Amino acid sequence: MLRLEARPAPSRAASLLSPLLALAVTVVIGIALFALLGKDPARGLAMFFVEPFRGAYAVSELFVKATPLMLIGLGLAVCYRANVWNIGAEGQFLLGAIAATWVALQATPGTGHWIVVPILLAGIAGGMAWAAIVAFLRDRANASEILVSLMLVYVSVQLLNWLVYGAWKDPEGYNFPQTITFLEPTRIPRLFAGLRLNIGLPIALLAVGAFWLYLFRAFGGFRMQVGGLAAAAARYAGFSSRRALWTALLISGGMSGLAGALEVAGPVGQLTPYVPAGYGFAAIIVAFVGRLHPVGILFSSLLMSLFYLGGEYAQSRLGLPKSITGVFQGVLLFCLLASDTLIHYRVRWQPAHPQHAAAGKDA
Amino acid sequence: MLRLELTDISKQYPAVKANDRVSLRVEPGQIHAVLGENGAGKSTLMKIIYGATRPDEGQIRWDGQAVEIRNPQEARALGIAMVFQHFSLFDTLTAAENVWLGLDRSWSLADVTRRITEVAHEYGLDVDPLRPVHTLSVGERQRVEIVRALLTKPRLLILDEPTSVLTPQAVQALFVTLRKLAAEGCSILYISHKLDEIRALCHRCTVMRGGRVTGEVDPRGLGNADLSRLMIGAEPPQLEHRQATPGDAVLAVRGLTLARTGAFGADLADIAFEVRRGEILGIAGVSGNGQQELMAALSGEDERAPPEAIRLFGQPIGHHSPRRRRAQGLHFVPEERLGRGAVPSLSLAQNTLLTRTEAVGRSGWIRVGQAVALAQRLIERYNVKAAGPHAPARSLSGGNLQKFIVGREIDAGPRLLVVSQPTWGVDVGAAAQIRGALIALRDAGCAVLVVSEDLDELFEVSDRLVVIARGRVSPSVPAPQATREQVGRWMSGLWHDDAAASGEAAHAAA
Repeated sequence: MLRLEARPAPSRAASLLSPLLALAVTVVIGIALFALLGKDPARGLAMFFVEPFRGAYAVSELFVKATPLMLIGLGLAVCYRANVWNIGAEGQFLLGAIAATWVALQATPGTGHWIVVPILLAGIAGGMAWAAIVAFLRDRANASEILVSLMLVYVSVQLLNWLVYGAWKDPEGYNFPQTITFLEPTRIPRLFAGLRLNIGLPIALLAVGAFWLYLFRAFGGFRMQVGGLAAAAARYAGFSSRRALWTALLISGGMSGLAGALEVAGPVGQLTPYVPAGYGFAAIIVAFVGRLHPVGILFSSLLMSLFYLGGEYAQSRLGLPKSITGVFQGVLLFCLLASDTLIHYRVRWQPAHPQHAAAGKDA
Repeated sequence: MLRLELTDISKQYPAVKANDRVSLRVEPGQIHAVLGENGAGKSTLMKIIYGATRPDEGQIRWDGQAVEIRNPQEARALGIAMVFQHFSLFDTLTAAENVWLGLDRSWSLADVTRRITEVAHEYGLDVDPLRPVHTLSVGERQRVEIVRALLTKPRLLILDEPTSVLTPQAVQALFVTLRKLAAEGCSILYISHKLDEIRALCHRCTVMRGGRVTGEVDPRGLGNADLSRLMIGAEPPQLEHRQATPGDAVLAVRGLTLARTGAFGADLADIAFEVRRGEILGIAGVSGNGQQELMAALSGEDERAPPEAIRLFGQPIGHHSPRRRRAQGLHFVPEERLGRGAVPSLSLAQNTLLTRTEAVGRSGWIRVGQAVALAQRLIERYNVKAAGPHAPARSLSGGNLQKFIVGREIDAGPRLLVVSQPTWGVDVGAAAQIRGALIALRDAGCAVLVVSEDLDELFEVSDRLVVIARGRVSPSVPAPQATREQVGRWMSGLWHDDAAASGEAAHAAA
């Protein structure tokens, strides 16, 4: 029979191989899924792993989707390393988008391009403010940050609807629930003519480096992680757990808000009820698949973006439901958690124990 | 015929061979010691006898019959009872209810209560069956466990480190009970690492080291040095203790009263003592009498103390954070090494950053090279066996991690070092090294405060002793003048009669 045996120490190789194994199993399940749906598995897989790389436009779209995932995932990784379970990044993303929209709506056709800076700063502030509610309730009332952050997602969606159906509705928009299309000076500068790729990508790449420095070279990042790894050791050292809570939530709220601002003033270009696209939840998977490591998150956000695009291609070209994206994301996370067992255990083939067999006969 | 005979028992765990062809022979009515350091394989062997774990190889004979003990129920059916080092009693139930829970269902609670009184009387075990367990002292709880074991009329009683939580007087009372039991034919397996106790009590002694049996002897005819040689393979290290030359007070605690934070802690009541430059003050006491609460108040992990109740060089520090206290020269070594003194998954180099900030620049960046160099220096200077400065803390043995943590705090150049259980679960060689380092620190002019449950250790290193009992601290007594009997009596909270006659007490109260 197969037996799991505890390893004396966690395996470093297994820790690196685990995401790859998880991806491989996900692909196998994907093939079975396509076959069951009566589609050619080869063509199905091509939608996910070949089409998104075909041509400059496709690659640009890949990065456009990966950017918010990367930004949010980085912030969440800091939270989870500090043992603060913020699962409401979607709400913080939305508040960032709303705050950025308010700044963008102040612009006139004569405003300079400098307004992009206050738009992004407003996004960061909006996300931070939303996350601060979570930190405050946790700090003062000891309310579970898991519940509060999740509930605030639904509150933020209502706030968005109230704005786009009310005060901010475009008067010339044929009564559609959306704001005006943002004026030209407020648009996030693009990197290449004709492609939607904008300065969000270099910002996210810079953030990868900055977060690596913060987590592994800054004393502040160290203090926060000690609190997450061993609370008693943090108390002994005198590292404040309240400070860690506030810092973690403000950082991840700010990153989510920044992603929201980049999204609403970038590819979308107006505030609509479709802005909340689930990036905040997908980024939880991104953070864990990336091992809560900034460089890992760089790759996992691209992988997740691949799934989003693949789902869209599968819908438009193979006639499959778009929800297949969600299925792939879920299967990947599930496989990752399962393969992580191999970090702490090794699988051993062991013939049935002769002593056990004898004992069985006695009884 | 032998009561219990183990032949060539082996047990392999993933990283270590816990038992390697171990043999053990126990006669009826024999008090048989199993002596060994932490990690020698004593606990694994007892678990095998009690059916909690199964051996890979080897044979067990009970009354001459080969048996296979598959679980603790089967062990109890044979007549094997065990009293664990950590008790398994429900705090909110009475002693009788606790005993009743562990017995056959055929008994009524009234029967059990009556039997407890009978057995307690017969063996001189003072137990009130109707008192709730949370009102009992640690010694009383142990007696409840022993009575529970005795009610099953065992033919082999296993006791795991039974005296680690007892006062010297309670130890003597326990020995009387055990001798009576043995005289009636019950065999006793006595697990310990305390040489004096084994020589005083036991008829035979099996010594283990590194999973193997290194000798089977009659301890009554041997000296501590002989037993120690078998146990650690070397002479017991001797500590050179010179007279201290204490200076001014460094730490002054006065009127420290603190309510407990949890349901089962101890309240601190009006605690007063002081620690001077160049002396080691020892705090003795049975665990759970307020030691942890006092340590938290001194280290700053508990900042609720009134500022003036704790003074360092005359400055009130009761409300200062641990980091601020360290900046003022107060360093602390906690009793839990993994998870408090060090983060298990982080490297030794990263763990230096918990209390040492030399490697942190003004702008808050960590100079990794400097942290690694510090860890390397501590490893070399304090003889820490580790794979290197990048080895995670949890990969070290308890003794080596303790040497690293003590070294980290001593190396910081403290002006007051507070150490809790400096050698708890540490092997003899490392313990001697740590005690030597504490005395060297004292000689260099540092004030040292040592809290320990091990009286031998306190007598070895301390210049003065105080006792903590029920959240109160006794007056101090110079260590050379203190006797084990006196300190043992004080550990039960009875110091007022002695103290009234002592000039030292007047000094401490002033």
